[in-house]
Amino acid sequence: MRGPGGLSFRLDVRAVVVVALLLVVALAASVLLIGTGDFDIPAADVLRTLFGGGNAGQEFIVNELRLPRVLVGLLVGAALGVGGALFQAISRNPLGSPDVLGLGQGATAGALTMIVLFSGSSAQVTFGALAGGLITGTAIYLLAWKRGVHGYRLVLVGIGVSAIVTAVNGYLLTRADIVDASRAVVWMTGSLNGRDWDQVWPLLALCAVLVPLVLGNGRALRMMEMGDDVSYALGVRVERVRALLMVAAVLLTAAATAAAGPVSFVALTAPQLARRLTRSPGPNLLPSLCMGAALLVGADWVSQRAFGADQLPVGVVTGVVGGVYLLWLLVTERKAGRI
Amino acid sequence: MRPGTGVPSGLTNQRSNVNRLTAENVTLAYDQRVIAERLSVEIPDNSFTVIVGPNACGKSTLLRALSRMLKPADGRVLLDGAVIQSMPAKQVARTLGLLPQSSIAPDGITVGDLVGRGRYPHQGLLRQWSAEDERVVQESMAQTGVAELAERYVDELSGGQRQRVWIAMALAQQTPLLLLDEPTTYLDIQHQIDVLDLCAELHEEQGRTLVAVLHDLNHAARYATHLIALRDGEIIAEGAPGDIVTADLVERVFGLRCQVIDDPETGTPLVVPAARRARGAGPAPARAAATKVS
Repeated sequence: MRGPGGLSFRLDVRAVVVVALLLVVALAASVLLIGTGDFDIPAADVLRTLFGGGNAGQEFIVNELRLPRVLVGLLVGAALGVGGALFQAISRNPLGSPDVLGLGQGATAGALTMIVLFSGSSAQVTFGALAGGLITGTAIYLLAWKRGVHGYRLVLVGIGVSAIVTAVNGYLLTRADIVDASRAVVWMTGSLNGRDWDQVWPLLALCAVLVPLVLGNGRALRMMEMGDDVSYALGVRVERVRALLMVAAVLLTAAATAAAGPVSFVALTAPQLARRLTRSPGPNLLPSLCMGAALLVGADWVSQRAFGADQLPVGVVTGVVGGVYLLWLLVTERKAGRI
Repeated sequence: MRPGTGVPSGLTNQRSNVNRLTAENVTLAYDQRVIAERLSVEIPDNSFTVIVGPNACGKSTLLRALSRMLKPADGRVLLDGAVIQSMPAKQVARTLGLLPQSSIAPDGITVGDLVGRGRYPHQGLLRQWSAEDERVVQESMAQTGVAELAERYVDELSGGQRQRVWIAMALAQQTPLLLLDEPTTYLDIQHQIDVLDLCAELHEEQGRTLVAVLHDLNHAARYATHLIALRDGEIIAEGAPGDIVTADLVERVFGLRCQVIDDPETGTPLVVPAARRARGAGPAPARAAATKVS
């Protein structure tokens, strides 16, 4: 039965608990991750150092080497989680996530162009990835546009664009010499190795602007789940909200990819996992954001623990986890008769 | 027999003599395909207006234009004297509700939650859910007879129940005007009558102005207080069903030869298509139309 607070209140409690738990998990994984590496630091010392009480050696390792890397991980995960949730809600399709739509491939094409053709610096590679992601996102939106973007068309156009860009990437790789090629392959796997404060600030600034904007439009997006007609009837300016949120999602995804490479499947899995935890319909934007952060940092910690410091890029772990999850999703959806 | 048009009961008419929802000389088109040209329509306040006509006559298109889903290529749709496109979206949504043909129930949503979404135009970032919202949602579910389904998932319901839930959502919007696009399609006959009875109730007891597109001419004649017969984007006749539904009109609008008799239950016009033999050598289009009207 419904309590006196009404149904929105009841739903909120579960979502709030999920968000709180995911934040705890993400932060705990972050502390563990900071303590992990060639020089292990116990969690208690990590916390003390973070609050300014460590010795000089610990302070250097924690604040200069490992904290920015973890922050990049948290921000990238959060951006991918919320970006994925936006794409899936707009396309009304769990497969409408940036991984499938080819945004990651687009960013990769930008990065590869910089690495292979110009032997660019890491800043130039970041810029190339950002530009590649934005161009691909714009192209998908324009191609899928016909009196409004419809879910299936967006997914199909995205898959087509993704195939084209993948071919371009293959071509670029064959053109590369061995040094550039290995640099390119590492970038393409998605990794947090060697990330420093220079990557943190722009990503943090972007998230600080976009995340509140996106959350502010969350209710309109929730209405849009019921179809364009119903949401129009309820007073949602569907096209405007959709264009705004698409731009935000493309920016978030492109920036995340530029910072850490195309970390696979976080954008696909985070919203779906979050949704299964909150058990509530709707885009679940905030839970997806927290889930993305927890997933990415958790995966990085697992890869560091299992394979040693900086041995295995985080993208490998998220790829394996995400692939297994995708198969499971396909099987259960099939059983439910939806595909 | 139901009262005719212009019954001044129920809701107060804001400006006497002028109806709240009108279309003036609208040209309706999808891209280059023109559906209707220079069409003018007035929806009488406090009426249960039903739009009928053969397939592709533009009846759903007209409803889309009246509900601002489709921007007229020319002309204008006025709501309370203002061009509907220029009004704030939420303000329109508090005045005019629409039950579209296609709507998607999100996965795993409960009846109560779905009906609650009808409160969106009354809410804002800072005022998200109030006791008033809760009360209106309960009331809407009670009116449509889905209160006991509140905790059920929408996916689990039958077609008839689901349509009631969507109507409840539209009711929760609390709009004096409610537009319904073929609300009885895909329903069994008893659920069709069920939904139409509900509409009549909303019209008679709450004084809402209803506009519906219906396929079944006999349902339209029985339930409408004001009937608009459309063919090829033109209004062939409009008025109280008892005044306008004749064998001649049905033949002109639908290309179907028929008799019109008094409905033994309600006294409203009842259209009985002529027997196949009587229509015998009738033109092919008439036969095509006849099979689709049912």
